[in-house]
Amino acid sequence: MARAALLGRLTWQLANVVELVEETARVRSIVLDPPAWPGHRAGQHVDVRLTAEDGYQAQRSYSIASAPEDGYLMLTVERLEDGEVSPYLADELRPGDELELRGPVGGYFVWEESLGGPLLLVAGGSGVVPLRAMLCHHRAVESIVPVRLLYSARSLEEVVYRDELMRMAAADQIDIRFTLTREQPEGWQGYGRRIDRELLDEVSWPPGEHPLVYVCGPTGFVEATANALVELGHEPARIRTERFGPTGG
Amino acid sequence: MNALDGNAIAGSLLDVFGAEMTTATGVCGSCGTSAPVAEFEVYLRAPGAVARCRSCRSVLMVLVTIRGLTCVDLRGLAALGLAPTSGG
Repeated sequence: MARAALLGRLTWQLANVVELVEETARVRSIVLDPPAWPGHRAGQHVDVRLTAEDGYQAQRSYSIASAPEDGYLMLTVERLEDGEVSPYLADELRPGDELELRGPVGGYFVWEESLGGPLLLVAGGSGVVPLRAMLCHHRAVESIVPVRLLYSARSLEEVVYRDELMRMAAADQIDIRFTLTREQPEGWQGYGRRIDRELLDEVSWPPGEHPLVYVCGPTGFVEATANALVELGHEPARIRTERFGPTGG
Repeated sequence: MNALDGNAIAGSLLDVFGAEMTTATGVCGSCGTSAPVAEFEVYLRAPGAVARCRSCRSVLMVLVTIRGLTCVDLRGLAALGLAPTSGG
């Protein structure tokens, strides 16, 4: 951390765009190579700032998708139609471009092995991004903490990191369940309804096992999920939430 | 309007306070509810960021940045304390 100490306060830096990965029709991952990266914890964010030719600036916070152990920084961005920042990141940005960012920031919606579990991750749509960092970190440190991901998406085509999550699910400690709320492919074996109390009761460990829960998604999704978990008897202090919405565009 | 939460202003708070603040505990000056800053209800579409108490909706923090200068109003908070293990 000597390097972080040298940097002192949070400073903006230009990171080179190394690679772009189309995750779904509306979501893409941006692989970056920031020159001075102090390291991050799974679940943290960066602030991204765009500056127009006339000097106008727009700033947004994005979750880091990569694990601390990865040798690069990856963000995953969903294009919001009326957004100021996300359409540029999702459509215009090219490899070799530079992106201005600062971070990592945030210390609340963070999981590391010392926090233990059992770990329940609940994602709504692109809310899976910081949870992916946690899952990759879990794999990288070969954690034996039992972890379950419950991921709600509208359709299979909209599941971000689909192939990767399917591969991860093969690990003994990782249990991944999908629920597709609008459209299910033929022969679909997963859930096909919105996340509610009954579904959470079925998927989660009982409250008596004191699972540590991370919920990330659109505001309404997060509130409904967190409220249902509390109604089921889970300790509010063990439920960490992160909301995103159109203001994140 | 869609409210976010205190995670969304982690960078601005770190910039102002020089410390990770989303794990800090804030006490509402109106109703006395105590919560991590990350759980505050945050609105970004105002001129600047407005953080409200999730219980009584009172304004707890206002941060406005103009030309690189950030003005911070914390009058709605009775207390703001760093968590003993404020990592990050």
